[in-house]
Amino acid sequence: MKILVPIKRTIDANVRVSVRKDGSGVETANVKMAMNPFCEIAVEEAIRLKEAGKAEEVVLVSVGTGKCEEVLRNGLAMGADRALLVESDAVLQPLGIAKALKAVVGKESPDLVILGKQAIDDDNNQTGQMLAALLGWAQGTFASKVEPADGRIRVTREVDGGLETLSLTLPAVITTDLRLNAPRDIKLPNIMKAKKKPLDRLAPDDLGVDLAPRLKVTSVAEPPGRSGGVKVGSVEELVDKLHNEAKVI
Amino acid sequence: MSVLVVAEHDNHRLSSSVLPAVTAAAQLGDEITLLVAGHECSKVAEAACGIAGVSRVLLADAPHLEHGLAEELAPQVVKAAAGADYILAPATTFGKNLLPRVAALLDVAQVSDIVSIVSGDTFVRPIYAGNALATVQSLDAVKAITVRTTAFEPAAATGGSAAMEPLEATPPAGLSEFVERQFNESERPDLTTARIVVSGGRGLGTAENFKLLEEIADKLDAAIGASRAAVDAGYVPNDYQVGQTGKIVAPELYIAVYIGGHPAPGRHEGQQGDRGHQQGRGGAHLRGGRLRPGGRSVRGAAGVGRGPERHEFKFQVKQCL
Ligand SMILES: Cc1cc2nc3c(=O)[nH]c(=O)nc-3n(C[C@H](O)[C@H](O)[C@H](O)COP(=O)(O)OP(=O)(O)OC[C@H]3O[C@@H](n4cnc5c(N)ncnc54)[C@H](O)[C@@H]3O)c2cc1C
Ligand SMILES: Nc1ncnc2c1ncn2[C@@H]1O[C@H](COP(=O)(O)O)[C@@H](O)[C@H]1O
Repeated sequence: MKILVPIKRTIDANVRVSVRKDGSGVETANVKMAMNPFCEIAVEEAIRLKEAGKAEEVVLVSVGTGKCEEVLRNGLAMGADRALLVESDAVLQPLGIAKALKAVVGKESPDLVILGKQAIDDDNNQTGQMLAALLGWAQGTFASKVEPADGRIRVTREVDGGLETLSLTLPAVITTDLRLNAPRDIKLPNIMKAKKKPLDRLAPDDLGVDLAPRLKVTSVAEPPGRSGGVKVGSVEELVDKLHNEAKVI
Repeated sequence: MSVLVVAEHDNHRLSSSVLPAVTAAAQLGDEITLLVAGHECSKVAEAACGIAGVSRVLLADAPHLEHGLAEELAPQVVKAAAGADYILAPATTFGKNLLPRVAALLDVAQVSDIVSIVSGDTFVRPIYAGNALATVQSLDAVKAITVRTTAFEPAAATGGSAAMEPLEATPPAGLSEFVERQFNESERPDLTTARIVVSGGRGLGTAENFKLLEEIADKLDAAIGASRAAVDAGYVPNDYQVGQTGKIVAPELYIAVYIGGHPAPGRHEGQQGDRGHQQGRGGAHLRGGRLRPGGRSVRGAAGVGRGPERHEFKFQVKQCL
């Protein structure tokens, strides 16, 4: 089995974001960037399938600026075999990205594509489902367990009521939820090795895809401020305030 | 303008998530059609006909539609959406799984998790775990949108008199098969709609300690939530998780117990309480410092900052309620 893992470079999950004063977006200048946490989980899962002898090759792909090389190298250091960078400075949105990924699938013919369920910057939660639609493949979203067997793949999904298990035909698209696995730490020697692993660059034109955005972000604002809290001395006082002042209990 | 709303249900009962979606639909158009696709689900369609403001209910009934699989439902939604200007679904795991697939089949963008409607093509949605609000304009002819259920008032479930029409089922895709569902049945109010939520964090230390919250919740008729760290530690199942990647809650009172929110800021509380972006009226944060390292705490929060240790805490809360 060959696995393709699309990864996105986002603001590091531990950074507190700030909205630009002019409302044009969230400040990204001089902000620490990293691999989207859900993509890390996707890379980890692919590598574990390879280590378990269920997959032969793990290929990473990122669509974005040249700087995405950084997160691709990190994925290679985790243990992926090679990487592709579809280089574009354009504003990217899930439908366009899904089209680019479909073209990459056409070139690479993977049996499985594992994506993150959601990028923690735009919180779209769309790309995997869109890719599955464009390919006409089965989808197992929000996965907390992935078990290939008998030419199919069993996926346990985290849904609102609890867990749901599906059996998918291959090829298939899977998106990862947080509890699928805990990604490994990258070891220093592997960072050195990753520098030598193949990383090919492609242009969207090579893939013949239209990445034009369909949504226009007209402004970005801070959420309304919250009024300050008060500190009370005891649980008694707290319950009293909730009862008599806030009148919520 | 004509709006198609995809109803979430389990073939027996209509999910309450459809009601806020209908409210959003009514802000966008005057012709609201509801799609009920499932198997032996005519009771659901009948209930849907009663929702105030709905003009038509389409019922697609076939064995392959029974489990709400996205591969089977997406073409069905596309068929039902012929002539629609908008396609709406609740931003629940059901809607999030389905609607992007529908949008891609139609070659249109999808707008996720809207919290308000500015105009016919412009919507507000949270990004960065609710730490920013983006106003986005859709340039597509058909607009596919998921609706944050806590951000819109539920439409009245009764009083309507929509006409029911059968819709021919699209052929089975056969790409995926349903195996099983493990749902945690609970007598408590639903987390996403509860008036009071009591949530526990990693600081509770053990599953046994987490149970202390049950007594508080019982007293207050509250739903129980948890931080991701508490779920990861195995204190409670994953469907308790509140936050960016868990459930969105909008209670009047949110009681956070031993929740610190470290190390990634804003993921737990960034998304709480978003009925029109308002926080709950009251927040209580018990023990364990501020909810956020940066100091922004639950709005209107009263906190017992350096308060009692766990065992005393239980005793005191019980005494006070
Ligand atoms: C991509 C991503 C998505 C995420 N999504 C979510 C999400 O949806 N929901 C979510 O909740 N989190 C989410 N997280 C995780 C989030 O960043 C925090 O790590 C998590 O919420 C912390 O949980 P906590 O507050 O229970 O733990 P902690 O931050 O460790 O807080 C525990 C609190 O208990 C106190 N405490 C500990 N021991 C004791 C004791 N013995 N006595 C008294 N007090 C004590 C501590 O002082 C602390 O205040 C996400 C993270 C990432 C990276
Ligand atoms: N620019 C991108 N390049 C590669 N993969 C991406 C890109 N954007 C999103 N993805 C993948 O799609 C997943 C979901 O992203 P989203 O739909 O934007 O929330 C991510 O976790 C990635 O796996």
